[in-house]
Amino acid sequence: MDLLTIIINGLSIGGIYAMIALGYTMVYGIAKMLNFAHGDIIMVGAYTVVLLFTTSPTVGIISALVLCVLVGIIVEKAAYRPLRGASPLAVLITAIGVSKLLQSAAQIFIGSEPKGLTLNLGEIRLGSLHISVLTLLTILISVAVMAGLTLFVKYTKMGRAMVAVSEDRGAAQLMGINVNSVITVTFIIGSALAALAGVFLLFKSQSVDSTFGAMPGIKAFAAAVIGGIGSIPGAMVGGVVLGFIEAIFAATPLRDYVDAIEFAILIIVLLVKPTGILGKKRREKV
Amino acid sequence: MALLEVQNLEVSYGVIRAIKGISFEVNEGEIVTLIGANGAGKTTTMQSTVGLIPKKSGKVTFNGQDITKIPCHKVVHLGMTQVPEGRRVFQELTVYENLLMGAYSVKNKKADFKADIERVYERFPRLAERKNQVAGTLSGGEQQMLAMGRALMSRPKLLMLDEPSMGLSPLLVDQVFDIIKEINKDGTTILLVEQNAGKSLAISDRAYVLENGKIVLSGTGKELSESEMVKKAYLGG
Ligand SMILES: Nc1ncnc2c1ncn2[C@@H]1O[C@H](COP(=O)(O)OP(=O)(O)OP(=O)(O)O)[C@@H](O)[C@H]1O
Ligand SMILES: [Mg+2]
Repeated sequence: MDLLTIIINGLSIGGIYAMIALGYTMVYGIAKMLNFAHGDIIMVGAYTVVLLFTTSPTVGIISALVLCVLVGIIVEKAAYRPLRGASPLAVLITAIGVSKLLQSAAQIFIGSEPKGLTLNLGEIRLGSLHISVLTLLTILISVAVMAGLTLFVKYTKMGRAMVAVSEDRGAAQLMGINVNSVITVTFIIGSALAALAGVFLLFKSQSVDSTFGAMPGIKAFAAAVIGGIGSIPGAMVGGVVLGFIEAIFAATPLRDYVDAIEFAILIIVLLVKPTGILGKKRREKV
Repeated sequence: MALLEVQNLEVSYGVIRAIKGISFEVNEGEIVTLIGANGAGKTTTMQSTVGLIPKKSGKVTFNGQDITKIPCHKVVHLGMTQVPEGRRVFQELTVYENLLMGAYSVKNKKADFKADIERVYERFPRLAERKNQVAGTLSGGEQQMLAMGRALMSRPKLLMLDEPSMGLSPLLVDQVFDIIKEINKDGTTILLVEQNAGKSLAISDRAYVLENGKIVLSGTGKELSESEMVKKAYLGG
């Protein structure tokens, strides 16, 4: 494989991880919890697309976005909000429970057999280079989404409220910010990004089962930690770093060990810089 | 009727009873100070009054409205805000963005916002010079100015300040008290919490002394600064 192919593959895989990692990192930064059910939102999105694909791919994708956002809102309201202020361990266990619940619900209502779809968007040739249209779309859309999110956070009232809540919830309330609404918006954005990631992962693997979101979820979580959990640019950097690692090792005989290598890198990053690449050590609050 | 009325307020942290049934009031136009030693319960009183931490019992009325059970962010929309202990400016945001956050609750036009921010810059010229600097890199004194400016951006009827002089040089402390007096003259009612009893009593219309979660003394600023008990315990004489 040549260098350009590796770069393009790295960017597309990294873009997907980054979109998922953003959900982890924003929820962590703003709601101060690890949402381990985040990966399963990817599965919900992918199933929705598979089940509606023959009706219309567009309807499938839009429904996936809507359904994932709804599931995100419901999970936050029903499972996490009542635990606000509870011990982090209780919240963590609840999140794992929600994850299992979503997976089991998929098995009960859709079945445990994987569901597939066939899709070929073709490829573009640039000289000797063949790039699949799907890969290109993945890169374009993930870059657009990340740029949009960055602008949203920096320049909108809600975006700044998110920064304020993530930094100091009490002070944010003293500005008149409704923390619950900000957390709801965070879950909406995170779930929509997970839905998009689910669509791209599905088109790539062309098959989905109830644990479809588990591996990309864990890897994106690793990406968020590598980049510095709580940091939005960190999640983007972490996602792209993991994407490149995958793309590079996929071109070597070590390709079967790529998962292990990624987690080894996570451990090394944490040893060298416990806060992650772009993470800041938070000042202790009085 | 008083602008702020707190009746029989009790606050607990688990089994620790931090506030044991206190009542006080702040009338429109006044500067009222709560003085007390470390751990007396000043911050707890301030934070529970504004709805930031839950009250165990008691009643709080603001501007004729019962706000006992109203969450903090809504109380702020009603015209009462607080410069919290330790300033707590948003470190990652610039000075300008912090002031923007301060105006979060104000539904005003761009022009009004501009006028408000100009007024803050006039009062705190240092903030104007540093408007694009990230707040985390400001000095302690500048952060205190920013915290006060940020609170003023919400156009409060009642401004509560929790130990604004903490950690400042004597010169800056004088300046902060002067500014509080000015803010009050311009029409904002002030509830102040201080350990610096001398300076705060000097600018206060009335004051309360808090000890172990109870109000043990109250009176005008002048009365309290002349009281033997206050002199002994808080004025070092
Ligand atoms: N989060 C908390 N959990 C448990 N106890 C607390 C908590 N916050 C305050 N307390 C206790 O409540 C009492 C009152 O504390 P508070 O912070 O209100 O005092 P303060 O008068 O503001 O003191 P200082 O001048 O040091 O700021 C103290 O005994 C303190 O230990
Ligand atoms: Mg205090």
